[in-house]
Amino acid sequence: MSPLLRHPAAKPLLFALCALPLAQLVWGAANNSLGANPAEALIRGLGDWTLRLLCLSLAITPLRQALNQPLLARFRRMLGLWAFAYASLHLLAYAWLDMGLVPGDIVRDIAKRPFILMGFLAWALMLPLAATSFNRAIRALGGARWQALHRLVYGLALVGLAHFIWMRAGKNDFAEPAVYGLLLALLLGWRLLRAMRR
Amino acid sequence: MSFLIRSHDPTQPSPSEITPQPIYRGRREWLQGLAAGAALAAWPAREALAQTRLAATRSALPGALTMEKQTSRQDATSYNNFYEFGTDKADPAQRAHTLRTSPWSVAVEGEIAKPGVYDLDSLLKLAPMEERIYRLRCVEGWSMVIPWIGYSLAELIRKVQPNSRAKYVEFTTLADKAQMPGLRSGVLDWPYVEGLRMDEAMHPLTLLSFGMYGEVMPKQNGAPLRLVVPWKYGFKSAKSLVRIRFVEKQPISSWTRAAPQEYGFFSNVNPQVDHPRWSQATERRIGEDGLFAKKRPTLMFNGYEAQVGQLYAGMDLKKLY
Repeated sequence: MSPLLRHPAAKPLLFALCALPLAQLVWGAANNSLGANPAEALIRGLGDWTLRLLCLSLAITPLRQALNQPLLARFRRMLGLWAFAYASLHLLAYAWLDMGLVPGDIVRDIAKRPFILMGFLAWALMLPLAATSFNRAIRALGGARWQALHRLVYGLALVGLAHFIWMRAGKNDFAEPAVYGLLLALLLGWRLLRAMRR
Repeated sequence: MSFLIRSHDPTQPSPSEITPQPIYRGRREWLQGLAAGAALAAWPAREALAQTRLAATRSALPGALTMEKQTSRQDATSYNNFYEFGTDKADPAQRAHTLRTSPWSVAVEGEIAKPGVYDLDSLLKLAPMEERIYRLRCVEGWSMVIPWIGYSLAELIRKVQPNSRAKYVEFTTLADKAQMPGLRSGVLDWPYVEGLRMDEAMHPLTLLSFGMYGEVMPKQNGAPLRLVVPWKYGFKSAKSLVRIRFVEKQPISSWTRAAPQEYGFFSNVNPQVDHPRWSQATERRIGEDGLFAKKRPTLMFNGYEAQVGQLYAGMDLKKLY
């Protein structure tokens, strides 16, 4: 497995894979093939992929340790940054397509729909992580401080999940949030167990 | 000089604007020819052709023929809520094929002189079929313009002769686990129940509908017959009806039972009364407003205020939402 992970094409391949859902959504929007409500499909698609990539980035460390594949760590930053990219586009699509970029409407909407504030909070918590994702920032902060800062991801993942659960609460339909909830419980629970054993 | 200007209700078409029947029939046949060609390539259109035509004449009722651009049949039959087939708006079109619409009968009962079980054929023949083009506003904030086929519910009500205790009408949707996979979820208490006050049920705009887009009702849209109440949020228009009961006490509709603080009995479209969790001031018109277009303002009673406003005179619509 490690020659595969070390392969020079591995990172570009992962990059392309992460870009694929976005390309599909943009293609669908351009060709009007996103169904009857393309704005809704676009906003929800971007949100879904934010959660998926966030879960994937959180799966790297458990997989790396469980499979004894230290090289997996090479891909963690890219997954995290793609999660941030999808989250940013999700926010932009909401503000633009749903709210017409009218600040007053957005403020009123947030007052009406607190789950949007949760989503915004999750995105805002991603900002310092994205801003300190490059090597120089890691060196400047020092490994320990950098790691402490990046533990924010556990909290923001839960805030993002709450955003999704709250949004679906309107339909009384928790099947899909439950899948992400279970996944996050596994990924975070695994870390908790390891921390306690130490 | 205003007496010289004949007042013209802008929501009503003037006679000159109405397309004569031979012309629009011709257009439709031409369009169907196009659809037939496209069907060879496109699966959804092939499904469309499987529908049976349902003859109707254009309604002469004031307000019954909006001139707004119609939503495409494709959008109206592939994006809608019908929780008996799942909570996603794509679910009904994908899963409603399991619904058996024949044989079908509707129990009409309660405070009436002539209760009975009506089979679909007798209901189809009960009154002349009209085409009505109504705006449909979903409580979720999207809207469509749909050409329905049916007749005023009042036609049926007059036939069954309600007595003086009949103050409300309760509508019940089929609830059969074998045909409706959505019933396995506990989203709502099944069967789906809706209700109208007697004067609302008797209003000529309240439609008992058997078809749309010139064809019998597609299964995903509530075949074989459903209610269409154009001035209320879409969920009031119960689908796939199996029982119509005349009662003295106000029925508790399914959504009111699920969340009384969010869904009232009346649920009239009202841009001034927000849903507790979102604004109802604007709406997205499906298929028409572009991706970057601003949402359009929602109209009081969905634009039917001239026709139905008097039903609610003196009522506090903020309290009786």
